[in-house]
Amino acid sequence: MKDFAFARPGSVAEAVRDVAAEPGAVFLAGGTNLVDHLRLGVARPELVVDVRRLTSREVLDTEDGGLRVGAAVTNSELAADRRVRERYPVLAQALLAGATGQLRNLATTGGNPLQRTRCVYFQDVTTPCNKREPGSGCSAVNGYTRYHAILGVPSAMPDPSAPETCIATHPSDMAIALAALDAVVHVVGPAGERTVPFGELHRLPGDDPSRDTVLEHGELITAIDLPPLPAGARSAYRKVRDRASYAFALVSVAAVVAGKDVRIALGGVAHKPWRATRAEELLRGGELTEHAVRHAVEVELTAAQPQPGIDGGNGFKIPLVTRTAVATLRDLEA
Amino acid sequence: MDAEVTLTVDGTEHRVRVDTRTSLLDALRERIGNTSPKKGCDHGQCGACTVLLDGDRALTCLALAVAHDGAEITTADGLAADGELHPVQQAFLDRDAFQCGYCTPGQVCSAVGVLEEVRRGWPSHASPDLTADPELSHDEVAERMSGNLCRCAAYVNIVPAVQQAGGAQA
Repeated sequence: MKDFAFARPGSVAEAVRDVAAEPGAVFLAGGTNLVDHLRLGVARPELVVDVRRLTSREVLDTEDGGLRVGAAVTNSELAADRRVRERYPVLAQALLAGATGQLRNLATTGGNPLQRTRCVYFQDVTTPCNKREPGSGCSAVNGYTRYHAILGVPSAMPDPSAPETCIATHPSDMAIALAALDAVVHVVGPAGERTVPFGELHRLPGDDPSRDTVLEHGELITAIDLPPLPAGARSAYRKVRDRASYAFALVSVAAVVAGKDVRIALGGVAHKPWRATRAEELLRGGELTEHAVRHAVEVELTAAQPQPGIDGGNGFKIPLVTRTAVATLRDLEA
Repeated sequence: MDAEVTLTVDGTEHRVRVDTRTSLLDALRERIGNTSPKKGCDHGQCGACTVLLDGDRALTCLALAVAHDGAEITTADGLAADGELHPVQQAFLDRDAFQCGYCTPGQVCSAVGVLEEVRRGWPSHASPDLTADPELSHDEVAERMSGNLCRCAAYVNIVPAVQQAGGAQA
């Protein structure tokens, strides 16, 4: 592991200043992903700035009837919060579907959405990867694609040597639920405070796959707001994986039904949590029959670009995520 | 870079100088000499390094020692402080819940954490009702213990051991 300096500043403002001043600096919260990356050589910071004890570890009621979750609230604490379990089951279910008890006790609200892809090539420093080493190429295109994207990629088998190629997926379950809940992210950075709608936090690879989010260097998540849902709203999260427990999603679906509105976010299919906005539009105000949901998701997936891959490829995700969406909404209608 | 940290391990305070890169696991094993937590994968995948960190079960391989200055840690060793086995340890013996024993200190700490989480009413992915108090069914224990791998596959006895220690019928 490369040597690094360690700092534990006394305030958010100081932490932001420390990181902003050093291009090779990173924030450390729970550490469940970053410490592994330090050991693997995926992350090679000059300075690690510990922020775990700087942000709020409380879940507060907001005036509008929603919740404000401090960035230091652990994944375990958030999933166990009675208000989350009762009012935002999609979030509790997504949190509990991720990782293990020991990891959820460390992982934080601010850190979880910023965890990095589990693409095996990203985590293997001996292989080219545009996300880890911009311009080096993408090893996944001609490799194992079972856990890779089908949406937000330009084509099946994009040019592996092009600097913009990346078919990685975002690994967070929590993020899929937050996308469906229209959560709002509070950020403090060198230029001050701002809020980012959760749906705009993560990026597609675009021309720079090394950037997972729109956050600038030195910007720190301090809290995440869960807006209120209307009375009678229902929500659920369904995850499909290779093992019954402790595995990343092949695909997952977060669904919120609130009055005439239907919100659907798909996990395991793209570089970011994928809001199925075309499907949502088709379903708005209508009856959520199995046929209607299937049709809407099929329309959403007409843009899908399944990747061939040496492991048989990931075309299976199209029927799998369709069926998972149908099952999730059927559960909510029952 | 070096840093000083204070760790209270199984009731004894230790002040040690560590490289900033040192994991909590290496600090415990190499600096403090407590080899109860084991190094299995060193990547957060096996659970052999599980301890109770400030009261909650956590992986010490994915924690930097410098980030946990002042922490209170209980290892499986410290659960039997006065020579009397913790109910979870006794249940592992009664139920023959291990073979080679390498993963056992992590399993035991994790199980102690599981029972506390159930006592608090925390749900799991296996809970049929998110808002009800969880029961120590087979599926609940298996799900909650899924972060602790056992290469001897003693799971068939580990689950009943955890149920026994939690006072459930097994």
